[in-house]
Parts: sequence; C-alpha cells; structure tokens
Amino acid sequence: MSRAAVIAALAVPLLSAFAVAQAPPSGIGRAATPADIRAWGASVAPDGTGLPAGRGTAAQGQRLYGADCAGCHGDRGQGIGEYPPLAGGQGTLASAQPVQTVGSYWPYATTVWDYIHRAMPYERPGTLTVDQTYAVTAYVLHLNGILPADAILDDRTLPRVRMPNRDGFVGDPRPDIVAHRHQRR
Amino acid sequence: MTPLPDDPALTRRSFLTSGAASVGALVVGATEPPRRLGAPRRPYGERSPHETATRYLRPTATPDTASSRTPLQALYGIITPSALHFERHQSGVPDIDPAHHELLLDGLVDRPLVFTMEDLRRFPSKSQIRFIECAGNTSEDQVGRPGIDPQRSHGLMSCSEWTGVPLRTLLGEAGVSPRARWVLAEGADASRHARSLPLEKALDDVLVAYGQNGEALRPEQGYPLRLIVPGWEGNTNIKWLGHVRVVDQPYMTRDETASYTDLMPDGKARWFTFLMDPKSVITRPAGGQTLQGPGCYEITGLAWSGRGTIRRVEVSTDGGESWEDARLTGAVLPKAATRFSLAWRWDGATATLQSRCTDDTGATQPTREEVVAVRGLNGTDHYNGIKAWYVHRDGSVRHE
Repeated sequence: MSRAAVIAALAVPLLSAFAVAQAPPSGIGRAATPADIRAWGASVAPDGTGLPAGRGTAAQGQRLYGADCAGCHGDRGQGIGEYPPLAGGQGTLASAQPVQTVGSYWPYATTVWDYIHRAMPYERPGTLTVDQTYAVTAYVLHLNGILPADAILDDRTLPRVRMPNRDGFVGDPRPDIVAHRHQRR
Repeated sequence: MTPLPDDPALTRRSFLTSGAASVGALVVGATEPPRRLGAPRRPYGERSPHETATRYLRPTATPDTASSRTPLQALYGIITPSALHFERHQSGVPDIDPAHHELLLDGLVDRPLVFTMEDLRRFPSKSQIRFIECAGNTSEDQVGRPGIDPQRSHGLMSCSEWTGVPLRTLLGEAGVSPRARWVLAEGADASRHARSLPLEKALDDVLVAYGQNGEALRPEQGYPLRLIVPGWEGNTNIKWLGHVRVVDQPYMTRDETASYTDLMPDGKARWFTFLMDPKSVITRPAGGQTLQGPGCYEITGLAWSGRGTIRRVEVSTDGGESWEDARLTGAVLPKAATRFSLAWRWDGATATLQSRCTDDTGATQPTREEVVAVRGLNGTDHYNGIKAWYVHRDGSVRHE
C-alpha cells in the first residue's frame, strides 16, 4: 500500500471522530509558546517539512564521521560487532543474508538526517548542530554511493535525494496466513 | 514427622492411631518449636525473600539500548508486577522530575497547548488492563532457535492496568485541523524516540498514561508519562512522553522504516504493521521445569490478541494430533493477557504440549510452518506461531 493509500484508508472514519474531538475545551493547560515548540528541536517529514535551514558538505561530514561515528560504525560504515553497518548491502534484500543499511534499505534521506540529529552520536545524542547534521548525512549518503564526494546538502536538496530502496515497502496485507484448524490425524 | 490427614497414603486405621499421638503432643507442648514475633511494619512492601523471579537481561555491548524479559513462568493471573514488566530502551532510562515534566501538544491544531502532570490529572481519567508486546517477541522461534523457557521465548510481553487520560480528550482541547491525518509522538529520553500514529488510532483508544497497577509508572516504563497504544507493537507506546505533534503525513522515523518493518522473501518490506496478532504460550509446564513424576498437573498459560478479545484457547498434549478447549480463568478483556487452564494427567510418556488461541475476530494462531511459508525467515517481527514444549520421560520439560 502506498503512503497515499494509507492516508486514504484512514480518512473515512475521521469525520465521525471529529464530532467528539471538537468538544468545548476545559481550559486546562496553558498556551504553548514558540520557545516551548523550539525546545523540542526538529522533526522532519519525507517532504522536508520541519527541516531547519542549513547546509553541510560530505567533506565536512567525513571529518565529523571519523571523530564521532567511525568508532562504532567503522571507517567506511561497515559496522563493528553489534553496531550496525550504515553502508553496503544493495542487492541483498531478497537473499538469505540480507544486509539492511541506509543505502540498501532506508527509503528516505530525511530519515537519515532526522535520526542522526535526534539520536546520534550514541553517547551524546543531540550534540550535532544543524549544519553538522547536514554534513554527516551527506557523508553517510556518499559512503553508499548515493551522493558524490563533493556533495553539498541543504534543506532544499535533502528531500530531493532519491534513495535506492524508495519503492521497497508495502502496506500491511494481514491477514496473510490462513491457520488450518483441522486436526492432523 | 506426624502425617497429615490429607496424605493419600494414609489409611483410616493409621490416621486414628497417629492422630491420638498428635493430640497428646499438643497437650504437653514439649515438641512445639518456640514462636518468635514476626518482622515489623514497613513503609513500602517487598516480596518474600523466598521469591526470586527476575527479568532476564541478555548480555549486550549496549545495555542502555537493550531489552529485558518478563519471567512469565513465575506469574499468576494476568497482571505483570510492575517490577517485572519487560523493558526496551533506545537510550537508557531518563531520570525525570515530574514537577518539571510537561506535555507539548502542537502542529495542526487550533490551540497549541502545554500540560503539566498536575494538569493531566485534572482530566477525567480512565483505567484499562492492556498488554504491551514488543514487535520482536518470539522472533527467535520464527528463525528456528526456539526460546528455552517462556521468559526467553515470549518474555517481551507484559500486561498492566494503565491509568491516564485518553489522547482524544487532549486532542479535543487543542482542536484538530481538518488537514490532520497522523500524530507524531516523541519521548524525552536521550534519543528522543519518535513514532507516527494514524489520527484514527489516536482518536480511538490511545491513553496518555501516568499510572501502572495502582501507582505511578515505573521509571523504566516511562515515568512520569507514556502512551498506551492498545494492541499495537510495543515500540509505538512512547515512554517519557513529552511531545505530540498533529501532522498531515507519517514522518517516516527510523523505527517505522529502518526497523519494525518486515522483510519478505521477495525483498520487499512491510511497514506500518502495527497490530500484534493472536498469540499464546503455555507457561507451566514449560521449558526449564521438571514434573515430579506421573500424575495430575495444571497446564496453564497466557493468550492475547491486539485485534480484540480472546475467545478460545485449545491445548494439545500429543503434538497437535488432538486439541482440547482450555478454561479461560479470571478476567477476559480486549487487548489484554488472558489466563487459560486445563487439568492434565501425565502418564509418564513423552508428550508435546502446545496451545493455540482464537480471538473474537476469528483470527487463530497459525503453526510456525504456516508463517514461514508466507513470510520466510528474514522479517521476524510480529511472529505469532504456535509454541511447543516437550515433556521427556524423566519429567524434564524442554524447548526441543
């Protein structure tokens, strides 16, 4: 199921739900301020909604990656031990040993930016600046052959990056298994 | 030692003889051990020191982003004690002062709002018993490395009574835009764990919970605030909840794209497979336990379904040749663990114990073979195949 189909499937029951959701407010709570909203930082949608203005280069990203990321993910994104690989694996998803990485599996480049910005580096999440996050994202995409070594990434170009596995996902088809309740005798 | 009257080996004649002797001993009082005063009161209770069941912590390089598993074989009824509820953390358990914790509700709403914990407790509250199950629970069984006991095979499922305010109440306070289709929920843990949920579910039965089993949430369960998303994979039940943003599209966070998606044999992956299908496991007798010789035993376990209410649990003791209905004991609630029980006489021969459940939508637990035939071995979240325990002649119960 495409994203559009997911949204369409969800749209019908909303009409009845709104009637309840629009009850008169109680007045509990206070109005959120711009500072309240800024404090939560960026959340980024695949169309780029929520991406803060900024830019970074893959070359800058390579230096940051070497300092903050390579210790766990390897100098070329190959992964170390329990720490997952970030690169490689393209063409393996239908095999008995699939390697799921940013390059082989992740459908959106915006997810790479969002996750690095909110959750990495593992020991110090949230410490990369907006520009540094663009830079590291550009380098991780370069490690996967998705961007050239001299790539520059910003809030306008990031959502336009086409990921190799963009069309690799389908919606929930369940029930997909018929349990046979017959007795086996 | 004086035999007890309910000892089945006791004849009426010997009871009468030894009974007379016991009465004589009581009168004299010489053989009774001296009694001592018990322990004093205490402000916060703990279990008996004789009770030792704990969560199972598999060794890992990153203990703060790992999981722990509930000792299902040690539990009675349907409620998991809060201290034994399974854990799954992305970046450790934050230490949050509830006096400074707030919930921001913004995005496609008429009135972006901030609620303190005191604010949230002013709304009409709701309590409901619901299970939470990690999407990856029982994945080892799917790939052919069956868990050796109920804790290791099925211990990423727990069930609590959760108390809080329905998310729809808060969304009503803020006023949802007609353009809204999803909500993005974020936790206040170090890595700001985030998931997108369809607005339809958010307006249905999602709870913004502050209570667990009669007291505040445990820290590892999201203290002071978490989402309860009944019947859906555990990862969506955002802990340490601090932010709900109403949006027009799924945000495609890492844990709804790179993880919690199931790779199928053709190389395509399923995403937004939120529901946890009907599943059951026998917890006694089960792997790691030993039967004390032939005779009568209770076969008991738990069944649950994210689709609704458990209607039927069948048990087989002969490897699936025949099935018998177990009794559902205690409360039978939607999207909650349900206890089943069946009296069984073990004749001393090898036996294969299995359970399969059916919910009120008619969905029945399949066999492992039926699952693997469709989904293969690469995508291992959401597996719900029938689990078998093998009773050996020496009374040992094992996973193989």
